[in-house]
Amino acid sequence: MPASGMMRPTLRMAGFVVAALIIFGPLSSLVIWSFAEKWYWPHLFPQQLGFLYWAKVFQGDMLRALQDGLVIAVVVTALTLVITVPLAYVLARMPIPLKPVILMVFLLPQAFPQLPVFVNSMTLLYRVNLGGKLGGVILIHMVGALVFAVWTMTAVFKSVPETLEEAAINLGASRLKTFWSVSLPLATPGIVASTLLVFLYSLDEFTGTLLVGSPFVLTLPVYMYRTSVGYELQVASVSALLLMVPGIVLLVMLERYMKSEYLSMFGRI
Amino acid sequence: MVEVRVEEVSKAYGKVAALKGVSQRFASGAMTAILGPSGCGKTTLLRCIAGFLAVDLGRIRFGVDDVTELPPQQRGTAMVFQNYALWPHMTIFENVAYGLRLQKVASDEIHRCVLRVLELVEIGSLSDVETRRPGALSGGQQQRVALARALVVQPKVLLMDEPLSNLDAKVRQRLRAELRRLQKQVGITAIYVTHDQEEALALADTVVLMNQGQIVQTGTPQDIYLKPSTAFAAEFLGVSNQIDGEAEAGRLRIAGQRVPYAGSERGPVTVIFRASDVQIEAAPGTERAETISVCGELEESLFLGAHYRHYVRLPGAVVMADSADPKPMGAVRIHVPLEKVHPYHA
Repeated sequence: MPASGMMRPTLRMAGFVVAALIIFGPLSSLVIWSFAEKWYWPHLFPQQLGFLYWAKVFQGDMLRALQDGLVIAVVVTALTLVITVPLAYVLARMPIPLKPVILMVFLLPQAFPQLPVFVNSMTLLYRVNLGGKLGGVILIHMVGALVFAVWTMTAVFKSVPETLEEAAINLGASRLKTFWSVSLPLATPGIVASTLLVFLYSLDEFTGTLLVGSPFVLTLPVYMYRTSVGYELQVASVSALLLMVPGIVLLVMLERYMKSEYLSMFGRI
Repeated sequence: MVEVRVEEVSKAYGKVAALKGVSQRFASGAMTAILGPSGCGKTTLLRCIAGFLAVDLGRIRFGVDDVTELPPQQRGTAMVFQNYALWPHMTIFENVAYGLRLQKVASDEIHRCVLRVLELVEIGSLSDVETRRPGALSGGQQQRVALARALVVQPKVLLMDEPLSNLDAKVRQRLRAELRRLQKQVGITAIYVTHDQEEALALADTVVLMNQGQIVQTGTPQDIYLKPSTAFAAEFLGVSNQIDGEAEAGRLRIAGQRVPYAGSERGPVTVIFRASDVQIEAAPGTERAETISVCGELEESLFLGAHYRHYVRLPGAVVMADSADPKPMGAVRIHVPLEKVHPYHA
């Protein structure tokens, strides 16, 4: 017993170390690159470390890219919510005809290879004068965002027990009142989770943004791509690290929020 | 307090007929249990009365009002669900107050009504109902809150869909008695759907027995239990023995014996009687008048707590018999008083 008692924590530690290596190993090279002012082959580590490129990044286009990316992500998320929440509720609850067809339509863009879809959309968007504009990028982001949001939110509304709505209707509540006072509050944790993921998707979207937005609309992923193909590995590393920040923050929020809410809301019914 | 009348109601799901022309009066101020096996249409009937389902044919009336076309919001029914259906994001108080808030009742009036009805259903301490959520309560307590939520709006009709079947046996028995007391106290027309025959008998003034989308028998619990009108009714009400027989004018042939028979069935019949009505006597025993008396072999006895259950092999059948005391294995004679025996057309 004492032997295995000693072994357990050791084994667990080893497991953590391996997991940490797998997760953070590749990232560590990003961190090192972001501080490398001079690093030439065959040296194992940079010859000169410093904040030169961090300073450089915070002066240049990067901030504008970050800002544009955030604006796009916020608008995409808001529009997606406004469209998806009612649509998903209807899909989850009402006996509408052609329901599978409607859901399939939302999957269709994902069924084809992304690149041809986006290239086609690009020519279309340029024709209606949306190419290279924020509006065009927002539209192209919504293609992916809607697919994701419609499917997840439909599932979220389906997970709200129907008898909870019937109980309200039975007491005299209209459909709309029932939606606002029962369905929506109960679906909120799922909607928040889905919203955060849509936001992150838009923030990280690359292919569509590059094809539709370039060269006038610049988001962080596109900025990173440009700098890394220009062999500015340090700048690319810094922007990559910056790009990870909102993702990590939101995912931590997501996890905390979902846990506490699901426990109080769904835990005991 | 209204009488609910269901007239020739039919309802089908696709090609499956759930209700086949059901007609029934649910007396005002009384508790009526709709009893039947799962899939018999009892829940469909309840949901048609509540308005959650539209009927295909027929009318539903509350008193003089035809409510067939009314949406559920305007019917003035209140439903108690099997899974309680309390809103987990609202406090206990808000759950109960919901219906009154919809009716735009003044807030101090709501406060008074909610607390009064929570007291009526004996929820226990009222001090924290405005802060606690229903998830913090036990199943039995949750169903009390659900009942309070239904009663507080003073509905015309109280509908209950297997409200006790998610609870454990002890709580179920207790709540059963309280439901009965509450319904009498409030004097509301109540319709209670259940698959549990004991529950239906214990709770209801009238039991409506359903099978395959039709009403099989309606009567007081005593009638239903003592005089089941069909083999299905007898079997569903826990009659445990079924043996084949042959009916002719004035005679019933059963287990190799002829007994007097006054009924109208002729030809092959299924003869049904309860295990508790069978008496066992050590062989050879004596024949008794007005009794089926047959010799057999006691093969197996099980101790069930309240009584012993014996399995007796007769020529061509095995009969279950209950007794308070153990019986020796081997040759026995069983007696079933004729008045306890029900022959049905096979």
